[in-house]
Amino acid sequence: MNITAFLALLARDAHVARRNLIPLLLQTFLQPLLFVFIFGRVMVGSGYLPAAYKSLLLPGIMAISMVFTGVWAVAMPLIGEFQFTREIEDRLLAPIDISWVAIEKVIYGLIQAVLAGLMVIPMAWLILRPGLELHIVNPLLFAMVTVLVAGFSASGGLALGCSVDQQHIGLMFSMVMTPMIFFGCTYYPWSALAKFPILAKVVLINPLVYASEGFRATLVPQFPHLSFPWVVAALVGFDTLLLVAGLRQFRHKAVS
Amino acid sequence: MNSAIRTIGLRKIYNATPAAGARSGGAGVSSPKNSSPENSGPENSSPNSSPDNSGISNSSPNNKGGGAAGKRKEGKAQITALDGIDLEVAPGQIFGLLGPNGAGKSTTVGILTTRVRPTSGTAWIEQYDVWKEQTAAKRRIGVVAQRPNLDFALTAREILLFHGAYFGIGQRDRAERATLLLERFKLTDRADQLVRGFSGGMMQRVSIARAMMHDPQVLFLDEPSVGLDPQTRLLLWEIIREYNQKGRTILLTTHNMEEADTLCERLAIIDHGKIIAQGTPGELKASIPGGYLLRLRFARQSAELVARLKGMAGVTEVRDGGVGGVDVYASKGGSMIPEIVNAAAGLGVELSDVHISEPSLENLFLHHTGRSLRE
Repeated sequence: MNITAFLALLARDAHVARRNLIPLLLQTFLQPLLFVFIFGRVMVGSGYLPAAYKSLLLPGIMAISMVFTGVWAVAMPLIGEFQFTREIEDRLLAPIDISWVAIEKVIYGLIQAVLAGLMVIPMAWLILRPGLELHIVNPLLFAMVTVLVAGFSASGGLALGCSVDQQHIGLMFSMVMTPMIFFGCTYYPWSALAKFPILAKVVLINPLVYASEGFRATLVPQFPHLSFPWVVAALVGFDTLLLVAGLRQFRHKAVS
Repeated sequence: MNSAIRTIGLRKIYNATPAAGARSGGAGVSSPKNSSPENSGPENSSPNSSPDNSGISNSSPNNKGGGAAGKRKEGKAQITALDGIDLEVAPGQIFGLLGPNGAGKSTTVGILTTRVRPTSGTAWIEQYDVWKEQTAAKRRIGVVAQRPNLDFALTAREILLFHGAYFGIGQRDRAERATLLLERFKLTDRADQLVRGFSGGMMQRVSIARAMMHDPQVLFLDEPSVGLDPQTRLLLWEIIREYNQKGRTILLTTHNMEEADTLCERLAIIDHGKIIAQGTPGELKASIPGGYLLRLRFARQSAELVARLKGMAGVTEVRDGGVGGVDVYASKGGSMIPEIVNAAAGLGVELSDVHISEPSLENLFLHHTGRSLRE
């Protein structure tokens, strides 16, 4: 691999991100901010939800922010760049194997997703305190989950970005992202589905479930959550699957 | 092996999914069995994306209607874009690929620049097999695509700088080169603006500057002067010659005769995915029988008249030019007219139109394909 070209590709994406910093921040943080405020502050403050819900909610919000950011950061530019204008062409002609152009996109999305995830914590803490009880028992395990979640979001962004046309972006978000979020154990733990046995099984195909439960296991272990080894195995599986599928789609789309 | 560009037996067959509209009357889409070179491939994009895709037309006389049924069964039709292209370009040459839209020029460039995978055949850039040593091949080439494909998130200068960075050019060096190229292409005053708002001609200039940024040994220009005003076209030709004088090889595609004639040392004329003639512009022009082409149109067709035309001194070939039309290849031009008029009058056939052209690549193309380049 040509590391110079790889870093230059990364520098290009960072440069474009810097130029669009404000819309990027709004797009990443407005939704989780509002969610945390309404559910964590308004609903809990007015007594409709118990105070413990604050801590239960945070891992889910973190998972949503990361997945949304990772998918968006990779898929949206790719969809545009593969359109009629073929903006990506110059990078495909860079002296590096084209798979690395795709991997660069994934790394870029991964970094952005990690940053988004890590920024949710202080933000939520500011809005939700007092009463927020985070117990990061093992920072290494927490870091591992963070990277794995960012990884599948960015790889998923690659797979989606290379499979969806511009005119179907809206459909992609309403048909893929929205069900993923609502069935992703983000606003409730997986154990809450105990009364819906079929649904509880079906949602296990949703990678966001493992993201939310993984953060629950490492941030708020006092709440019920899926067993940790299970979560890690599933996340590794989704990372691999989506990356392989994404690279395949990318190569297919890049060369006619 | 010391050619700059070489290909052997390049073939490209696209699997096209016909557009919804083509479904009912899609007899023109050939089924795999009667795939015909008439259906030449799309230039530079996925087979079903371009509305003017000449590949899916129903002009082919070879398709006897079996296409639609075959297509429905198999779901896909095949389009032969390239049908065995052998090319050899010497280092330091300006080589032109001349042909009408949809002839396969862009597909050839696409294969040589790692952007289109050939169905069969091999392509080399210098000693590198393009499809086995992609990265090495990519280092040697600069590419200007038919449509500007600039990075819209960047300014003109940034486009050049990042391109230089992809090729590992040091920071100071690339800043200097970018400034020089922006100057050369008269882009300095807009250099720090996003290219999104540029006109087509300006985008084209940025594309060419970008392709030259890493000083490639082989430069590909796919219809570089389309959409440029005459002044900019002259500037471009000057820049191409200048670049060539540094010993660089240039392959350009064009359907502009003047461009091919003035710029290229060698030419290949390509149509329906095949090379139909190859040589220097002079050689090619000399190969047209007679040199002059007289396109005549008569009020009615007359076999006897055609026979008389064939018998005239200086006439080398007479061809049917469609409804009342006759194409005469001859060694003289205007001086033949009195004789032709007399012969026609003698048979009671009125001559209604005459067009005389001197030896040109246009005539050459017409001679080989029976079609004008602009059709």
